[in-house]
Amino acid sequence: MKKFLFATAATALLAGAAGAEEVKIGVVAAFTGPLETLAPPIAAGHELALKEASESGIFLGGSSIAPVRGDSTCIDAAAATAAVERLITSDRVSGILGPMCSGATGSVVQNVAVPNGMVVISASATSPSLSDIEDNGLFFRTAPSDARQGAVMADIVLEKGISEIAVTYTNNDYGKGLASAFEAAFTAKGGTVTLNAAHEDGKADYSAEVGALASAGGDALAVVGYVDQGGSGIVQAALDTGAFDTFVFPDGMVGDALVERFGSDIDGSFGQNPAAAGEGRDIYNGMAEAAGYDGTSAFSGEAYDAGALMVLAMQAAGSSDPKAYVQKLEMVANAPGEPILPGEIGKALQILADGGDVDYVGVSSIELIGSGESAGSYREVTFEGGEMKVVGYR
Amino acid sequence: MDFLNAFVALANFVLIPATAYGAQLALGALGVTLIYGILRFSNFAHGDTMAFGTMVTILFTWWFQSMGLSLDPLPTALAALPFGIVVTALLLLGTDRIVYRFYREQKAKPVILVIVSMGVMFILNGLVRFIIGPDEQRFADGERFLISARDFKEITGLEEGLAIRTTQGITIITAVIVVALLFWFLKSTRTGKSMRAFSDNEDLALLSGINPERVVAITWVIVAALATIAGVLYGLDKSFKPFTYFQLLLPIFAAAIVGGLGSPLGAIAGGFLIAFSEVSVTYAYKKVLGYLLPENMEPEGLVQLLSTDYKFAVSFVILIIVLLFRPTGLFRGKTA
Repeated sequence: MKKFLFATAATALLAGAAGAEEVKIGVVAAFTGPLETLAPPIAAGHELALKEASESGIFLGGSSIAPVRGDSTCIDAAAATAAVERLITSDRVSGILGPMCSGATGSVVQNVAVPNGMVVISASATSPSLSDIEDNGLFFRTAPSDARQGAVMADIVLEKGISEIAVTYTNNDYGKGLASAFEAAFTAKGGTVTLNAAHEDGKADYSAEVGALASAGGDALAVVGYVDQGGSGIVQAALDTGAFDTFVFPDGMVGDALVERFGSDIDGSFGQNPAAAGEGRDIYNGMAEAAGYDGTSAFSGEAYDAGALMVLAMQAAGSSDPKAYVQKLEMVANAPGEPILPGEIGKALQILADGGDVDYVGVSSIELIGSGESAGSYREVTFEGGEMKVVGYR
Repeated sequence: MDFLNAFVALANFVLIPATAYGAQLALGALGVTLIYGILRFSNFAHGDTMAFGTMVTILFTWWFQSMGLSLDPLPTALAALPFGIVVTALLLLGTDRIVYRFYREQKAKPVILVIVSMGVMFILNGLVRFIIGPDEQRFADGERFLISARDFKEITGLEEGLAIRTTQGITIITAVIVVALLFWFLKSTRTGKSMRAFSDNEDLALLSGINPERVVAITWVIVAALATIAGVLYGLDKSFKPFTYFQLLLPIFAAAIVGGLGSPLGAIAGGFLIAFSEVSVTYAYKKVLGYLLPENMEPEGLVQLLSTDYKFAVSFVILIIVLLFRPTGLFRGKTA
């Protein structure tokens, strides 16, 4: 009895004095569905940042962080909502990192996050429509809006000397948003979009869709789709029928799976995905390699940044209560303050604990603008000799 | 030259794909029509029977590939096909023994058998997903093209390319062989004749000493072969995914009904009619017309009758038109 009392007292004392607790954070990614190959490096990126903060020993007076995973799928908004609902009500998480896809993110923000007052930071939802979603200021993203990607993509295509292009997009929020952003930017800059047509994912055969695109003509085909789904089917059908041999790939398509499947057949094609150049990315790639996953995979670095921003904001607010730390997110992400690179989360936590200010730079040189989204920088890639090569950043 | 270009573009995007697709549908519709003719019900489990047969063939293909067996330049799946047929035949004979025979002995109405077949459909649906998973599988190997678009352009010097995939060639050749064998079997062998007699008039056939259980068993075996071949050809040519096989049920039934249920010749005609309608109605003719018409008359729009999203609607519309104006189908089968 004495021992028990002592233990209780000690625990109470510890909890009272330092506020040490176990902070749970939901890591929600599309572990199944059309982007399942991109999910593991994204979840690993989130968790690496959380682990770093947890092991530093100075997060919220020695609290530890426990990530709790949830599967948001990609196309099933109901499944995503249910997964996040469970994380909030049953696991009692203090924040949500994810979900991955734009459609799932929109429904999670509106149906779960806003009613529960939960902070959501997505690393990969890029639909322009999420910029003006009713989020009560609770939704942030470390990925830039596709309105910007559309403009960057238009620039790259025009610089390659292509002025006529056919566009096909996967029929959802992401595809439609990016395809129309691209068409608007491309036509404004003097190019012509011969056809902007949707395709459904999960079909056995895309020769009919490609037939229509080929008939419309164009020097290249922009495939705004998913690499594990209809996007690859479209590329396959276009190659088979000889309709197009130059392709433009935005972020949903740029991945190792594309090279594995098509090899040198897509030589001369090019694309871009959100990723920044600089010191941060190199450091992160090294950290990811040490942790045993591929840090260059799309949105993995942004995922690390999302995790880092959440823990830094919690530290700055001195609390894991979403209502408190949501106010601090922009403060830790933007200047002024000490610039923080990946791997320096411990240092940042110390500065914040001492009452200082930080400017989290992270992997993707993050700068939160507007309604809490990254300003964004993009990596341009080309496909040559059956390999994907990074040509530059813009 | 322009005329040739127009023809090649049309062949590349309409004629060749539709012919291959039509052959696949025709084989599927033959299975449906045989069951309707002899067992007298519409078998809703046919799409999933195709998926099951293809799945078994894929598993054998993987096994052969792991042993280093190959038919290069032909796909390995052709070697695995007979094994797929045997396993599928065993499955169908098994379901007949456990499920359908019970209802046959009760002399159940055809509509009850249709509902029973839907039950079988759901079970097979689950079984296939349980064994191989719901994801897309590609199992085509060997040479990919008989002639690729790039080679064709170089040889002929035309602007338009024409691609013929090996799988499309195999589909058409296999379909011709299978159909010829089936018709020879039904017309010339004793068993085939007894099947036709049983289909025409069950009571008379029983009186003349035909063993009904034997006819039923042989029908299931033939249906297993047709379904597996159709499924494997479709999977080789496009890709295997349990859900798309389930969806194939609609065009297959449309083909069988349009041709006239119970009429093998009708099933083949129906298969090609549905395939050509689906492909040609959703094709955008801008390019073809651009070659044919004088320069100032070139079309601005795509000249596409229906967006490709509505591909399935084409089967429905044809089905409704045929049922309204000629319910027995083009080849005067039994009433649908």
